[in-house]
Amino acid sequence: MTEIELGLLDNFENNFKFNSFKFFKKQLLLEVEDLYLSFIQYERGLRKKEIKVLNGMNLNVYSGEIVAVIGSSGSGKSLLAHSIMGILPRNSKLSGKIKFKGSILNIKNLEKLRGIKIALIPQSVNFLDPLIKVGKQARFSPNSYYPLEELRKIFKKYNLNTDVEKLYPFQLSGGMARRVLIATAMISDAELIIADEPTPGMHSEAVKQTMKEFRQIANSNKGLILITHDISSVLDYVDRIAVFYSGTTLELTTAENFKKGVDFLYHPYTKALWQALPSNGFNVLEGFQPLASDINSGCPFAQRCNLATEKCFKNFPHMQVIDNIQVRCFYAA
Amino acid sequence: MQLSAVNINTANLSAKNITFYYDHNKKLIKNLNLNIKQGEIIGIMGPSGCGKTTFAKILAGYYKPIEGIVLLDGNPLPIKGYNPVQLIFQHPEKAINPRWQMKKTLQEAGMLNSELMVKFGISESWLNRWPNELSSGELQRFCIIRALNDKTRFLIADEITTMLDAITQAQIWHNLIELIEKRNLGACIISHDLELLKRLCTKIINFQEINSQA
Repeated sequence: MTEIELGLLDNFENNFKFNSFKFFKKQLLLEVEDLYLSFIQYERGLRKKEIKVLNGMNLNVYSGEIVAVIGSSGSGKSLLAHSIMGILPRNSKLSGKIKFKGSILNIKNLEKLRGIKIALIPQSVNFLDPLIKVGKQARFSPNSYYPLEELRKIFKKYNLNTDVEKLYPFQLSGGMARRVLIATAMISDAELIIADEPTPGMHSEAVKQTMKEFRQIANSNKGLILITHDISSVLDYVDRIAVFYSGTTLELTTAENFKKGVDFLYHPYTKALWQALPSNGFNVLEGFQPLASDINSGCPFAQRCNLATEKCFKNFPHMQVIDNIQVRCFYAA
Repeated sequence: MQLSAVNINTANLSAKNITFYYDHNKKLIKNLNLNIKQGEIIGIMGPSGCGKTTFAKILAGYYKPIEGIVLLDGNPLPIKGYNPVQLIFQHPEKAINPRWQMKKTLQEAGMLNSELMVKFGISESWLNRWPNELSSGELQRFCIIRALNDKTRFLIADEITTMLDAITQAQIWHNLIELIEKRNLGACIISHDLELLKRLCTKIINFQEINSQA
């Protein structure tokens, strides 16, 4: 499944506008299919307990596009990123498929790919080593160091002059630190980039600037996963949106649909999310997101859903495809 | 915006001619005046680094202004006892004692066993947890209700919902605004999100306009 799927042609043409300078072939980079993840903990003595944290995650990313992953805290956004990068803690148990360019990702080939073909832009400056100069850190690669010329080139691209190389992380301002983190991820020429909440606490101009940089990265035929909860400020720059809830992917829709409004969204939770935005009504949905481990059967959203029937509480809905939109709901159509 | 002499009869929180700097070559806040009446919800916007958080801390009495004074009903903020001006911080994980179980944090503020816990969705089982076992969205709810003691008269909210998704954000603000209106509190809300401020506030101020330094 490396070639572009027929149904995505419309979207492809939209992207083509962005990629006006060069023609790229759209390729399926990442496929996550029904991913389940649980942590094993010792309850008392030697008795073990399994705590479910991801419960049916689906996501696909094509080259040249930005997929925004949205959902409240505790919905499993960061865990998905960590699963893809293979940096989960040892007591975790993963099942399901993660494919990169058609081949299944396991620890063995991950070691060859991460930092080279797959890169992570972490959330904050705290992820930099405080005792190593940033120039040296940015050159780290899994095998050796990237050459200095490469670093200078990439630093120049992100408006970091050569003096910055010799600074320690504590000497950087917030904006500079973020650019260093982006540069560190970009030096590898990775094809898939995962950005974990890069914008909270930034004012709108800075968010726009960051998003423009991400758009440029995506336009050079790379795939980008953007984990965020601030939908309204990134909506103009992303192609598709994945909605997570309690460790489950509820809907994979396009940014176009999200902009068009509530009638173009399928899942009741996505609709509620749209209506809760300050610009579209600011409506409250009663109740709270349950923990993935508390859901024994049925749809995770059933308790708060006004369409829920007995079926929703009993059976776990599977992903349905409606007009190229994937949605996990019995009553989506 | 120049303030006239403070009228003692109207309940208000006013910052008069505030100047503040960390480095005396670079004045962060200069001659700033702001008046918040009781029952008024003021929104403050401005780019990061312009001194909004510092100003919030001055208003709530955490920092002493280098020049100028913060007056509550015409008097300086109380030095002893409960401060009627309460600040809710941007990063709840930094505002909670990591070595206290959550119930102790609430006990300190005298807000344990209140019906507010139900309203803001704090489940009973969280009380025995440690701060590192809760997400920042969950911690923020504790930070909000501990600031809502009956003696509180003014609330300063410094970007309190940036870490939350849209639905939880709407939930928290609906509850908080309802409470502010019911108790006739004054509030000052700092945020980058103009749409949010439009929903919540009676008046929106650009921080750089009132700060003569900028």
